Amino acid sequence: MPNTKTVVPFRGTKEQEAKLHEVIAKHKNQPGATMPVLQEVQAIYGYLPEEVQIMVAEGLGIPLTEVYGIASFYSQFALNPKGEYQVSVCMGTACYVKGAGAVLDRVCEVLDCQPGSITKDGRFSLEATRCIGACGLAPVMTINDDVYGRLKPEDVDDILKKYM
Amino acid sequence: MDTVKLKINGIEVECPANSTILEAARQAGIEIPTLCYLKEINAIGSCRMCVVEVKGARGPVAACVYPVNEGMEVFTNTPLIQKSRKMTLELILSNHRKECLTCVRNQNCELQKLARDFGLEHVRFGGDLEPQIEASTPHLIRDNSKCILCRRCVAVCKYNQDAAVIGANDRGFATHIGCAFDRDLSEVACVSCGQCTAVCPTGALVERDDTDKVFEAINDPTKHVVVGTAPAIRATLGECFGLPIGTNVEGKMVAALRRLGFDKVFDVDVSADLTIMEEGTEFLERLKTGENLPIITSCSPGWIRYCEQYFPEFIPNLSTCKSPQQMFGAMMKTYYAQKMNMDPKDIVVVSVMPCTAKKFEIHREDQQAVPGIDDIDITITTRELARMIERSGIRFNELPDEEFDPIFGISTGAGVIFGATGGVMEAALRTVAEIVTGKELPSLDFKEVRGISGIKEAEYDLNGRVVRVAVASGLANAKKLLTSVKNGEANYDIIEIMACPGGCINGGGQPIQPGSVRNFYELRELRAKALYDQDKNMPLRKSHENPIIKELYDTFLGEPGGHKAHQWLHTSYVARPKYPGAEADAAAK
Repeated sequence: MPNTKTVVPFRGTKEQEAKLHEVIAKHKNQPGATMPVLQEVQAIYGYLPEEVQIMVAEGLGIPLTEVYGIASFYSQFALNPKGEYQVSVCMGTACYVKGAGAVLDRVCEVLDCQPGSITKDGRFSLEATRCIGACGLAPVMTINDDVYGRLKPEDVDDILKKYM
Repeated sequence: MDTVKLKINGIEVECPANSTILEAARQAGIEIPTLCYLKEINAIGSCRMCVVEVKGARGPVAACVYPVNEGMEVFTNTPLIQKSRKMTLELILSNHRKECLTCVRNQNCELQKLARDFGLEHVRFGGDLEPQIEASTPHLIRDNSKCILCRRCVAVCKYNQDAAVIGANDRGFATHIGCAFDRDLSEVACVSCGQCTAVCPTGALVERDDTDKVFEAINDPTKHVVVGTAPAIRATLGECFGLPIGTNVEGKMVAALRRLGFDKVFDVDVSADLTIMEEGTEFLERLKTGENLPIITSCSPGWIRYCEQYFPEFIPNLSTCKSPQQMFGAMMKTYYAQKMNMDPKDIVVVSVMPCTAKKFEIHREDQQAVPGIDDIDITITTRELARMIERSGIRFNELPDEEFDPIFGISTGAGVIFGATGGVMEAALRTVAEIVTGKELPSLDFKEVRGISGIKEAEYDLNGRVVRVAVASGLANAKKLLTSVKNGEANYDIIEIMACPGGCINGGGQPIQPGSVRNFYELRELRAKALYDQDKNMPLRKSHENPIIKELYDTFLGEPGGHKAHQWLHTSYVARPKYPGAEADAAAK
């Protein structure tokens, strides 16, 4: 199966690569280096696509499976870049029991995009987040800094249209 | 050695101070069930099947990793422990696709045995039970719906074989074993050694079954079907029929193959001898010119693939000899076809190998002595052969001993020991030493290269020229050895490398022994002994004394290393990408 985890083409620059190698040089041979390296490298690229993870694995002399195991374990690491509009549907307990699952499903359908991924045109990225602390408005979705509460699945289309 | 005394279930035990509770209990005749633990491979204490109570400890502890100490009191079979183990099993089974009847590991599954032992008759919970079959490679099939996340495969792939192409992906309930970015196995630098299939406690990782193809060929009246068995099969096949580990079943194996309906039953030991003639000649040539030393053996296709993917700078050092399997096929399609006056197209050559990488090797480039016709048509593992024998209603243990068909069935001790680590080296030395010194060797035993150590070294004086040899088995050991050669820290003239730890007797296609056996018996030693015992008692123990080899060169091949030999018995190698999937994706963009 070709790599479907990252849906946009890699557009890393020579400058970013030079910075990546600086990060690796700084941490090389240090026990437990993988986590800090991945954090710093994600700060350079905004996400951790396969091309970047291979460079990290080769640079640190560790298997790619180990790098990917860490990157896919922690929700802090992203396999896709953030879009122009970052859509987050809260899946905290309150939102979840108030029907956030159906809201998320509708967002996925409209955007043709899975949580943790990005639309092919790079405009919308989607996250299913932990509680964002707006339980009174459950179920909640945010798009960049805009907050939408007490949602029903049928509200989703009109809201997203405003950004398209 | 320091020892400690402790009590297990009230029984006093004295054991080495560095033992675990699991080992101490076994010494007291007590079995503690395990699933994730595998000696020298995986000790992570995660499956919780081996929990025991220790007096004074806060809760149950994992016996597989918990060290013993003086005066300790352990209880392995209390109601609390039984309940805990049963609950653990129920939870594991809740997310395991329980189609035991149609699973190739039926009755040879560690999880199934434990479920039966613990009287688990009902599982209250149900998880994700859809099949998740991945069958992208010629050598194995993965089905994560049967995976219990014990991580034995991950450990053997990373620590023993240095390939590390599988790991644990994602988190929580979504955790699964897979390749990075969930690529298929065909898109990563898997070496096809199959060690993961040999350590999997369930049916999540199994060899691709090619037995139907063999039956089809046997039942096709237009085909002449010949079979050849690798040296290591005779030392292990008996295990599939309940015989003690290390029983040599050569005679019964031949009888069974004949009863399965093969037209001729041959011994790949003969082409092991042929390999020695070719590789020995190549080695002496390189010694003379000093080029491409150390020469590295090329019998193990898992090792070859590892070299091509991870150490391409050593490709010029590889012997250009085909593996004994491929030489066998090449000789069948040329020499044997001519001798029998047959069209090579009508001959189906089946090989029985201890190895899953052989399934990859038969489709490699440059493995056709007759252009357009593969040297080997079908290759099956020891496990597949055992299944064919059972399916055909052959009562293996009651078979008489029979002999290989003589056209390609007279072997030497040198060929036999190919199946164990150090065997190819010893066989080569027996022949090379006699050629160089021109004298018969006083002793044929090169004991320094025997045994199951991962890396072995020795020096031999051949007429004033000191030859430095090294032997490695297990690819992590190969990496260690090659790295020291690369850095100029070590210098050798000839290196033998086998992909699997211990060599072919512990190959990825060999009978599966559960943790309860592997953790307490040295499989590699017991199986290798069968081969060295056979070698010791053979009238012919040197490859160049094999009458078939003499006839082959006299009537068909000409000189070892000559033109015809090169055409049929040698091959070439190619550097392969370490990240094939990523490279293909990049090329497509």
